[in-house]
Amino acid sequence: MKRTLQVLMIAVLVPMAVFGCRRQDVDTSGQPRAEERSAEQGDDSDDARPGGAVAGNVDEIASARGLSPDDVKAAVMTYNPSGKMDEYIQFASGGHGGQMLVIGLPSMRLLKLIATFTPEPWQGFGYGGEAGMAVLDGGNAANQELRWADTHHPALSETAGDYDGQFLFIGDKANARLAVIDLRDFETKQIVKNPISDGDHGGMFVTPNTEWVVEGGQYSTPLGGAYAPMSEYKDKYRGHITFWKFDREKGRIDPEQSFAMEVPPYWQDLCDAGKLESEGWVFCNSINTELATGKADADGVNFESGASQNDMDYMHIVNLNKAAELVAAGKTTELNGFKILPLQTSIDEGVLYFTPEPKSPHGNDVTPKGEYIVVGGKLDQNATVYSFKKIQAAIAAGNFETDDYGVPLLPFDATMEAQVELGLGPLHTQFDDKGYGYTSLFLDSAVARWTLGGSYRTDGAEPWKLVTKTPVQYNIGHLATAEGDTVSPDGKWLVAMNKWSVDRFNNVGPLLPQNFQLLDIASGGVQMPVIYDSPIGVGEPHYAQIIKADKLKAFETYPEIGWDPQTMAVDPDAPKAGTESVVRDGNNVTVRLTAVRSHFTPERIELKQGDNVTLHITNIETARDATHGFAVSVHNINLSLEPGETETVKFTANQPGVFPWYCTEFCSALHLEMVGYMLVEPSSAAASVR
Amino acid sequence: MERSLRALLGARESDVVTVAATARESGFVASMVLFIVGAAALVASIFFPYWELRLNAPQYPKGLFLTVFIDHIKGDIREIDGLNHYIGMRPLGAAAEIERTVAPVALTAIVLMVLALAFVHRKWFAPLAIPAMLMPLIFLADMFLWMRHYGQNLDPSAALSGAIRPFTPTILGHGTIGQFSTDARLLSGFWLATAASVLIMFGLHFRRTARIAAARNTAAA
Repeated sequence: MKRTLQVLMIAVLVPMAVFGCRRQDVDTSGQPRAEERSAEQGDDSDDARPGGAVAGNVDEIASARGLSPDDVKAAVMTYNPSGKMDEYIQFASGGHGGQMLVIGLPSMRLLKLIATFTPEPWQGFGYGGEAGMAVLDGGNAANQELRWADTHHPALSETAGDYDGQFLFIGDKANARLAVIDLRDFETKQIVKNPISDGDHGGMFVTPNTEWVVEGGQYSTPLGGAYAPMSEYKDKYRGHITFWKFDREKGRIDPEQSFAMEVPPYWQDLCDAGKLESEGWVFCNSINTELATGKADADGVNFESGASQNDMDYMHIVNLNKAAELVAAGKTTELNGFKILPLQTSIDEGVLYFTPEPKSPHGNDVTPKGEYIVVGGKLDQNATVYSFKKIQAAIAAGNFETDDYGVPLLPFDATMEAQVELGLGPLHTQFDDKGYGYTSLFLDSAVARWTLGGSYRTDGAEPWKLVTKTPVQYNIGHLATAEGDTVSPDGKWLVAMNKWSVDRFNNVGPLLPQNFQLLDIASGGVQMPVIYDSPIGVGEPHYAQIIKADKLKAFETYPEIGWDPQTMAVDPDAPKAGTESVVRDGNNVTVRLTAVRSHFTPERIELKQGDNVTLHITNIETARDATHGFAVSVHNINLSLEPGETETVKFTANQPGVFPWYCTEFCSALHLEMVGYMLVEPSSAAASVR
Repeated sequence: MERSLRALLGARESDVVTVAATARESGFVASMVLFIVGAAALVASIFFPYWELRLNAPQYPKGLFLTVFIDHIKGDIREIDGLNHYIGMRPLGAAAEIERTVAPVALTAIVLMVLALAFVHRKWFAPLAIPAMLMPLIFLADMFLWMRHYGQNLDPSAALSGAIRPFTPTILGHGTIGQFSTDARLLSGFWLATAASVLIMFGLHFRRTARIAAARNTAAA
């Protein structure tokens, strides 16, 4: 009896102890528990709100505001209550604002503007911080500090033809540059200037594993900044397609490993990299195969008609793998220290082919499986579809005609698979997961849905056929569907990037915002309604890509205190709590500061006029959103120090006087007290008066 | 009185029996198992958190956590320290430094005492169980004293010292300080130590009954 009791006792107590341990998960991260965090985040899995039941007076509200049932449905489809996250993130170029826009879908809310080619004070980009200044200076050219850009076509990095959410590339049409943005912190890490050209348009497009970033040229000039009169246009002017080698490990473009193909002086336009079946090939459009040189006087022919005389321009078909082999084998020349694959070499080695395409084409878009290329000819009413297999067959057949420069010209009938009559001004095409293409129609101000053929047609619908058109407001340029230019489009959401908004928004003066319109493409068939208008008042976006939000794994704060965003590693010399100092060595003064709510350490810097000041500052916070600014009056200095970040500023204390500096982020209740004084003692009494 | 003292301390000198006689008793085996399991639970508790404080405020939707182990603290220490400096509270890392440093050594000693008790059945070894049995109480008392010390000794020159008067933080359950509400709770490490305490208590009980039974058998023989 006693023995039974004892055994029973042990049998009960031991499991209790073990159970007790398991119930409380051990906190190994030192952070709040994951399940408690996610439980409070309003992500998609959050089902705390009751669905279905609608508050009683919605009908009254809708009728008072003049909203139709479709309007109410659109509102319900796009509305995000506080804390609910968007399902997709759209990266849109900021046009001649020179920045990148980050927009959530379906809410269409602007989440962030990423400072890219242009100084941006909120992010402290270009206002004293050494890292940002160095990135901007990387894009300088022709003895100019280039501080604006015309950003056109962003490209997300890809792995196996799918967005991987790691990097973002964006081209600058105005100056032939590209920028690399690291999506761990959404900051620009590198700007690279094309050494042989000062203009482009066909960038950026990446190969399926982001080995290469493609930059097609645009307005041909003598390459490398040389001079030649326009009378020598045909002989001395050249176009280019530049292939930038991306070093994913370093997160940087490697110009040493990059090269440009010399091409005839047509105006190259948009490109796309082949994928799957067509991987290793690149396709670019061109315009002005007429070699028009513009109207210099009253009798000339202007470009708009001179460059539109031919019915057909040339699609450029590039065997990139072969080009890379030739470059590796040293079959290049050098211009301004940059490798060039000469036109004749490309012709001789079978790297470059042309095939006719309807004139003034724009989009040049490879279908998800890589077997077709869709070209929108702006002055044609068809989307023209080329078959990669037919292109290969035409190349194999040989016996080419050539253009004036000797480039093999593959006959249109031999490479074309289908022409789909869509309407006026077809421009850019993306895809869904059900075998449909979506093409913007600039002149019609509409989006067309049409059937692809071949292996995409399993539903019995007639291939290569217009299904429906939705009017958009107005003058649509590019469009983007969710992951719609990858190997696996999602078939959700389409954003029409309209150039004109005319009467869509409140009048804000004669410069109008652009209009991003969200279309619901998931319902299929002839249904493709516009469900949201979003004004873009910061530039003229061109192209965009839409990535599933859960592919992005950005830092919430920098991983460690003293993080240098430029090297993406901890700077061992970064000031930390307890190591702050002001050290004078002759007239060189090194200041090591920390910032934490709500004070800087130290708070006083005493300088002498003419001192060379190097200032290192670390935000030693670890809390999410605890960003501090560092703004010095009348010195054009403003840093944004995100939690953990360290920055360096250098300046010469030329101006004597007393200069308070302060934190530009409203960081805490004692934000106004987060201040310091920089005193610059005049070198003589007279100099103290400004 | 004498009976209850005897109950606590085990048999008197007159009850002394041989080791061999005691070891035959099943109660002795049970007590040995309970002591060993209790010691193991105590050792295990060092790897589990004893206590947790959650601070809630609107701008911290996920809350801020302070998690106390017997030999270290973790959680949002830096953030909590940052907030505490406004009211002049000293950094958490400076609290109970000695206790946390000696904890592994002290715990080892306590566990060895319990193990000694398990294998050596002399009745005057019984007090060796006392430190182990009191562990949870010692932990709570020490933490309470430190928390009170911290809350009562705020730097009067701190920015918000006018707004927040010295206070004693709540160490169990719900409390409020400034815009923060606090929730403190005991965690698995503490419950392991408590389980160890109970197991050792039962061990003492079985040890005593085994000794008495052995004495009775010896007398009968």
